[in-house]
Formats: sequence, C-alpha cells, structure tokens
Amino acid sequence: MITIKSGLTALGRYIQLMGRVCTRPDRMRMFVKQYWTEMYQLGYNSIAIVLIISCFIGAVICLQMKLNIQSSWMPTMTTGFTTREIMLLEFSSSIMCLILAGKVGSNIASEIGTMRITQQIDALDIMGVNSANYLILPKVLGLMTIMPILVTLSVAAGIGGAYATTMIGTTTIAELNEGFQYSFNPWFFWCGMIKAVVYAFIITSVSAYKGYTVEGGSVEVGKASTDAVVNSSILILFSDIFLTNMLT
Amino acid sequence: MITVEHLYKSFEDKEVLKDINAVFRDGEVNLIIGQSGSGKTVFMKNIVGLFEPTKGRVLYDNRDFVSMTKKEKIMLRREMGMIFQNAALFDSLTVLDNVMFPLDMFSDKSYEDRRKRALECLARVNLQGAEDKYPGEISGGMQKRVAIARAIVLEPKYLFCDEPNSGLDPKTSIVIDELISGITHEDKITTIVNTHDMNSVMGIGENITFICEGRAEWQGSNKEIMDADNKNLSDFIFASDILRQAKQLHDAQRKG
Repeated sequence: MITIKSGLTALGRYIQLMGRVCTRPDRMRMFVKQYWTEMYQLGYNSIAIVLIISCFIGAVICLQMKLNIQSSWMPTMTTGFTTREIMLLEFSSSIMCLILAGKVGSNIASEIGTMRITQQIDALDIMGVNSANYLILPKVLGLMTIMPILVTLSVAAGIGGAYATTMIGTTTIAELNEGFQYSFNPWFFWCGMIKAVVYAFIITSVSAYKGYTVEGGSVEVGKASTDAVVNSSILILFSDIFLTNMLT
Repeated sequence: MITVEHLYKSFEDKEVLKDINAVFRDGEVNLIIGQSGSGKTVFMKNIVGLFEPTKGRVLYDNRDFVSMTKKEKIMLRREMGMIFQNAALFDSLTVLDNVMFPLDMFSDKSYEDRRKRALECLARVNLQGAEDKYPGEISGGMQKRVAIARAIVLEPKYLFCDEPNSGLDPKTSIVIDELISGITHEDKITTIVNTHDMNSVMGIGENITFICEGRAEWQGSNKEIMDADNKNLSDFIFASDILRQAKQLHDAQRKG
C-alpha cells in the first residue's frame, strides 16, 4: 500500500516537474546555447562508446550466427540477414539506449543533484529563472535530437564489426552482402528511430527528475544517480515491449 | 522596506516559526541572528519565497509576496539578489559568466554592455583579473565576492545574504562585511543578512532581529545589543569569554 502511494506521489511530482520543464524558455538565446552544449556533452561525447560497443557486438553476433545457427540446411546469407535484423530492430535502438541510460542517466542525475545540494538551483529560482526549464529542457531536446544519430552510427558500426569477422575467415564478404541486402524493410529503420527518440526522453526526464528532487548530501546524490539508471532502464524495457508490439 | 507580519511555518507537525513580526529597513544592514537550529534559515527562506509560509504576510514595500501570483513572484524576484552560504556559483561557468548570468537571462543590452556591467561589478568587489577562472579555481573568499558581484549585477532593491562569512577567516569575513555594508549604503538596498558571526553583529548590524526557538525575541541595533535585557539574547551573544569580558567592561563603564 505504502509502495503504491509513494509510487503515485513520485509519478505526480514527475508530471508536475515535466509541466514546468515543457514551457517556453525565459531567454531563447540562453536555451539555444544550452541545447548545443547538451547535444555535445550527452551525444557527441557518447559517440566513441557507441561505436566501440556496437562494432564488437556486431562482430560477436555475426560469429555466433555463423557458428551456432548456420548449417548446410540454411542459405549462406542467414548470418548477414540475422545480424542486420538484430542490430536494426533491437540492439542499436534498445540495448544501446540501455547502455546510454547508464552513462548519460547517471551523468544527468549527479549533475543536477549536485546543483540542488549546493543551492545552485535555489540561486536560479531566486533570480526568477524557471530552473526546471533552464536545466532540463535542453538536455531532453538535446538527447532526443542526437539519439537517432547515435542509433544510426551504432547500426553502421555493428555492420562494420560483422564485416570485420571476414578477416578471420568465418564468413565471406559476399555472403554478408547478400544477407544484409536480403528482404530489407526500410520501416524497421524508422522503428529504431522512433524508439531512440522515446528512450532519449525517458533517460533524460527520469534522470533529471531524480537529480532535481534530491534532498540531503552526497550520499543522496549517489543514490539518485543509481535510481536514475535503474528506473530509466526498467522504463525502457517496458516501453520496448509496447513499442515493438505497436510498430512491427 | 520588507515587513514580516505574524509569520508561521510548520513542517508536518513541527512548528519551526511562531508568529514572527519584523521590519527590515531600506539602506540598512538588517541582521537575523540566532543559534544553529533556531529557525533563522527557514525564516529567510520564507522571506525570499523558497518556502511557503503556513500563515502570515511578507510585504515588499507593501506588496504581499505570499499572496502574489506565480508571474508576479517571478517579476519581484528580479528585484532580489541573494548570496548563499556556499556562494552557489555555477561550476560550469567562469567567474565572468557567473556574474553575467542574470544579465544574459533578463537584460536586453548588447553583449558588450553586459560584459562591461559584469566587469564593473567584479571591480567593485576587487576581483579584477579573475574573470576567466572557474569557481573551483578560486578561494572561498573570492567565491563569496563573485556571489556578491552576481547578486548586485541587476541592481537589486533587496539583497539577501545567508551566512556570508561561513567558512571564512576573520580577516576575509571583515572584507565581505564591509563590501555588503558599502553596497547597502551606496545603493540604498534593503539588505538582510543571516548570521551568527559576532564580528558581523558588532560591526555592521544596524537593525538586528534575534530569533530563538522560532520566535523573534528581540529587535534593535548593535549599539543597543550591549544593554539588551533579554536573557536568551545575552546567553547567545556573550557566550564567549572575550565578549563576556567586553560586556562586563561596558556595564562597568556605564555604571562608573
């Protein structure tokens, strides 16, 4: 009973906060400046990790398919086809966002949480600035803008990783080319983009909420950071089920 | 002038502020003093609107802050400047950007004019040459001075300082006190300083409100405080040996 009550209270506070976030910025030039900064910090700084993880996962998926699924009973393009579908439909759009929830979510929660406990948010409020809007909206819109680009890069790096396995001789470039091009449905790409935008909103808004509502000191900021990752990961997994069902 | 009338504040069942009445005058350094946990920070947060009072009125030149609409409160807040206990500078911005921040948000002046005004304020707090440093690269005293510069950059009518000398050495504390006092008198600002620093009380306290267990027990100046007959105030002010001896000397001189 207490859990339900606290859950509903948290939901109510989250909705109230989003109400404050989704308003017209006090000063558009400051918003635009913050928006570009957040895109750089949250998105551009994540490109390296996205490329590295996706490249290796693409390679491993390709190897697993070749070694465990492909047999003489199956067409040679199976490895390329399944690697592409996994990368496009699930890994790059959902699992990559789960990984980014860890990196970006904890970053947002700890940054805003530290601002809260060091009274920087109070300072903004005293000045008459809508602190929720000023701090959170650029992060939400920044990541929602750059996440589809990260997902696209992830798919490309995964495919690149799969091609890299040809160097160890498990499969050939021709086989992979055939699989990658076989029965391609462009809608699947757009499904990934839609998922990316939704997950970007979940990661930033949930993490910002956790940071913004911190009370206490450094221990609470650490807890908020962990909660931000856990909660946004769970929400991403839940919404993955609904989005997959709705979109495909 | 800021007038507080019958202010109450409770957190769940706990009543922290009980029927506080106080007047904070223009062009004077108004101090709120009291022991740790007496409710003075809660009192200040109620005045500036970071907390909503349970009951009572806070009048800014006869404008009731408590009953204002959200928009009116935002407009009034642009007439306020505040210096926080830990300076509360924005870590990601340089000293100059911190001071320029209120101008960037609310001023329509050109970038050059905004920069010029911010540099003027930095010069006023003797911080020329520190513009490009980040808050983490400067001392606590310098951070407080940056906070003062940021608080006065929009030429506020009301200045609030929450324990501005906290964590500073006595010499730097005096510098900060003199800055606050100077700005208050030159710009005719209504300044409220929340403190338990006795040097500040004796040095700049023109109008002092003593808070004890959530009640305003005494109001007067630093000249009157030596003769105050409130026991709680005397226990608080003259807690140290030096001040007790000073009090005894003062009493002896008065009698003799």
